[in-house]
Amino acid sequence: MTSTEATGARARVGGVLASWERWLPWLLLAIALTYPFWYDVWPFTILTLDALGLELDVVIFMVVYVMLALGLNVVVGFAGLLDLGYVAFFALGAYSVGWFASDKFSGTEFHLLSNAAEGAAGIHLNLWLVLLLGGVITAIAGVIIGWPTLRLRGDYLAIVTLGFGEIIPDVFRNADKLPVPGGVQAGPPFIDFTNVNLTNGVRGVRSLDRPGFGDKLDSLTAGALPERFSGIELKPWYFTIVFMVLIAVFVIRRLERSKMGRAWVAVREDEIAASAMGVPLMRTKLWAYGIGAIFGGIVGAYYGSFIGSVFPTSFSFAISILVLVMVVVGGMGNIYGVMLGALVLEYLNFKGLQKIGDGINNAIDLVGIDQTVDIPRYKTLIFGLLLVTMMLLRPEGMIPSARRKAELHEEEDLIEPDVYDDLYDVRREGA
Amino acid sequence: MSEQAATGGSNLLLELDDIHTYYGSIHALKGISLNVGEGEIVTLIGANGAGKSTTLRSVNGLNHPRRGTIRFRGEDITTKPAHEIVKMGVSQSPEGRHVFPRMSVHENLEMGAYHRDKRKPEYKEDLERVFTLFPRLKERESQKAGTLSGGEQQMLAMGRALMARPSLLLLDEPSMGLAPIFVERIFEIVVEINRQGTPVLLVEQNALMALDVATRGYVMETGHIALEGPAGELKTNEQVRKTYLGED
Repeated sequence: MTSTEATGARARVGGVLASWERWLPWLLLAIALTYPFWYDVWPFTILTLDALGLELDVVIFMVVYVMLALGLNVVVGFAGLLDLGYVAFFALGAYSVGWFASDKFSGTEFHLLSNAAEGAAGIHLNLWLVLLLGGVITAIAGVIIGWPTLRLRGDYLAIVTLGFGEIIPDVFRNADKLPVPGGVQAGPPFIDFTNVNLTNGVRGVRSLDRPGFGDKLDSLTAGALPERFSGIELKPWYFTIVFMVLIAVFVIRRLERSKMGRAWVAVREDEIAASAMGVPLMRTKLWAYGIGAIFGGIVGAYYGSFIGSVFPTSFSFAISILVLVMVVVGGMGNIYGVMLGALVLEYLNFKGLQKIGDGINNAIDLVGIDQTVDIPRYKTLIFGLLLVTMMLLRPEGMIPSARRKAELHEEEDLIEPDVYDDLYDVRREGA
Repeated sequence: MSEQAATGGSNLLLELDDIHTYYGSIHALKGISLNVGEGEIVTLIGANGAGKSTTLRSVNGLNHPRRGTIRFRGEDITTKPAHEIVKMGVSQSPEGRHVFPRMSVHENLEMGAYHRDKRKPEYKEDLERVFTLFPRLKERESQKAGTLSGGEQQMLAMGRALMARPSLLLLDEPSMGLAPIFVERIFEIVVEINRQGTPVLLVEQNALMALDVATRGYVMETGHIALEGPAGELKTNEQVRKTYLGED
């Protein structure tokens, strides 16, 4: 058998690429890379601003969620591990900026390649380093949490991760009075606890540092690569997150085609068989969980810096669910699907519903009825309906992965009843 | 090789010494000792629940024994994780086949060679070998494994196990649920695989067929080895004939 035959066999299984699938990603990439230059130019504004309200900050939030959905897709879509606590990694990443690039620890003064003001109190690392550090911290957290919990299967894993996602914001809320052993004292209880403030509790950590490219590049490029990103000029922020997504897509596509990617599919399809083939189950799952965590952490750090402050209330359970819905609605296991899911849903979440509401209210006003409806208030209801409708009509998502689609439309392919019985067992045990 | 023993007249490949395996608090294996030598087909027969599959699960690391030792080529593998054992050259076709239903036949075979370098010529050779043993798999190469018939899935499970180029092949109930014509074909292939140089440990309920192809056999009863000996002797043994071959 020649290698071309093998590739051919694989391509047929994966479904033949339609011609639009070939050029569409490049078109979208071109749009993404040029958007800040034409979105506010007439006549494009008719669509971008007037109709859709796609200001640059809205788009940045959308792309932040694209990154989150890509990360969660590795865990849920590739390895089949249902993670309901993904927001925890997002939060940890954001707080990394609070710890390592703000005046939070004002008792100390430590600067490393930072663009913070000379002599500013607190730990100030270069923000690019903090982005990576956010990834490292969440990777470690991912391994610590994954090690005991990934032995659980299906629903049990979902419940434990859900708990973890709920606990992390609570920890941040309460970690302003963290009892830490301060030393041994004479009388009982023998250990002297001192309160340590790690997170400022509900008050959050404010005035986080921003990334920048140093004064040399700033003057060389006449401010295109600014020394310090500003809250007004959003282009550098936009290109940073788009660049991060491009790297993520590249890395994830490589992973998907790697030995590890194949092992994820095997574990997802049938743990027993995977193990019999010599796939180390724990290590394989832990990699998926850890990689998902790293993406969450890095984008969390970016988000923290972009918002400029972190609060425990910013990281609610609803975010875990929203990202999961993006993955499911977009097309679990297909990176383009989950990116589309994230763009659409975060747009609706952040701007779209409000726009729709405005449209409806204007129409009502024209008809002459003196009433208004507040569409964004029904957000949860609308997303719930969207999810249910999607599950009924197109459970594989907007852009499905070929394999995932096969899993959901199994009975349509299988003719022999005895084969189907076997599959049922396999599926049940693998679940 | 650390030990040379005379059992079966060959070098010992796999040795189980007084294995006790539990499922939770259930004492499933109560002191199993058996061995497989180079070049042999050894069969493990017995009724449902006798502990045949548990014995295999102990060997391949899916359910470690609490007591006793398992040695493969003299090396203690009793508590080694499953993937290490596969790497050492013990590969298996699990009970109930467990093919990856949504992967193509080709992808399933690729999974079998998970630990091997697919660019090396040996990989292609083995793929050829599997397709020669199972021409049906070649015909269905790009088809999804879940759409194959039961017999074809069994062939795939065996072919997939062979893709690891094992030095010991574990087969768990390869004839289960198959049409008689397929059962015969499967056993012919087991003999052929063995003839090409791979020792086989064969767990079977179809005692008659298993003893026909095997060099030696062990008869299991509720967690013990009740009888052992050359396959020919077991086949004529009064007790075996009564209990397992359905004769009065």
